[in-house]
Amino acid sequence: MVGSNRIVPAQKIVSPLGNPALQPEDEKAMRKNLVRKALEVLQAYLDEQKVFP
Amino acid sequence: MIRAVLYLNQFFGGLGGEDKADLPARLTEEAVGPTKAFNAVLGDRGRVVATVICGDNYFAENIEKATREVRDLIAPYKPDLLFAGPAFNAGRYAIACGAVCKMAQSEFHIPAVTGMYRENPGLDLYRRDVYIIETGDTARFMAQVVGKMAALGTKLLGGEKIGSPAENGYFSRGLLANEVASKIGAKRVVDMLLHKLRGEPFESEVARPAYDRVRPAPPLKNIRSARIALVTDGGLVPKGNPDKIEMATATRYGRYDITAKDTLDPSEYEVNHGGYDSVLVRQDPNRLVPVDVMREMEREGEIGALHDRFYSTTGLTCIVSVMTELGKKIAENLKEEGVSGVILTST
Repeated sequence: MVGSNRIVPAQKIVSPLGNPALQPEDEKAMRKNLVRKALEVLQAYLDEQKVFP
Repeated sequence: MIRAVLYLNQFFGGLGGEDKADLPARLTEEAVGPTKAFNAVLGDRGRVVATVICGDNYFAENIEKATREVRDLIAPYKPDLLFAGPAFNAGRYAIACGAVCKMAQSEFHIPAVTGMYRENPGLDLYRRDVYIIETGDTARFMAQVVGKMAALGTKLLGGEKIGSPAENGYFSRGLLANEVASKIGAKRVVDMLLHKLRGEPFESEVARPAYDRVRPAPPLKNIRSARIALVTDGGLVPKGNPDKIEMATATRYGRYDITAKDTLDPSEYEVNHGGYDSVLVRQDPNRLVPVDVMREMEREGEIGALHDRFYSTTGLTCIVSVMTELGKKIAENLKEEGVSGVILTST
């Protein structure tokens, strides 16, 4: 892995925080959860690169 | 008869140690320090007609002024060739050597050679502009290094074809030269693969970039009062791409205002990125830069604030060193703007 120390795997390359298969409200909820996860990861201590699946 | 000039710091010039690092540049026709070694190697072909000595701190603290002063001291001697150092692992000395060599090339149009250890910070500053012989980290191997510097210098002076870094002992300068090989590329790569499969040594023709490790930032504290910024390398830009960010191998980034925006309106943005099919992001840019949910979370107090601009560039076939610079600039901007955390969405 190159680069980032804090990594949250997202949806797809073509829509990291989106999913067209979902209804818009569900897609937005999914996006909010992923972003919330990212905010939690920002608050995590780490001493080396980590992926937070 | 080759007339060479040598640049030395206060230590190698015999004037003293750190206590004399503030000495301004001066010239001597005496054979001090490594001058003797250079003269020995040049033998009948030439000699060092003048040696310039300057304190490392004087130079490093006044690079432009010191370079001019060195130039003016050297000019009357009309040298054919300039040697500087070698600096081994001394950082300030290397900066001076690199600057003096560069000056000799551009102002006197003469070849110039210096020497540095591979970890010397001066190496990356000057390797593209100046021939730098690879040295060890101490002056123990002075004679050997002087030999290589003189050999390369005289080759350059004679207009000879300079071969590869390995042949001459200099650090690669980032130049590509076309060569006719005896075997076609396909055969060479298969041979390489066979060696690798057999566990035999092989040499790659292209060096892989070395990625460094960055220490993780400490955890974000007080998320509920933190200003969080959104950054992306997915190439999202306002319609018209006002900052003309390239769609690949980017050299620029943009900062785009989202003050009071609850969402990103697809009619205001486009995607300038040659590496992925952007149709879904163009339909709804929040799928890349999640302004909609971040704004909600800001309202609900989960974060202190969503930063009022998002930063964007195109992360496709980019040059690592260029992106490192852009990243540093973006980080500086963000820090100035009071941002304490970033969510970077990458495609």
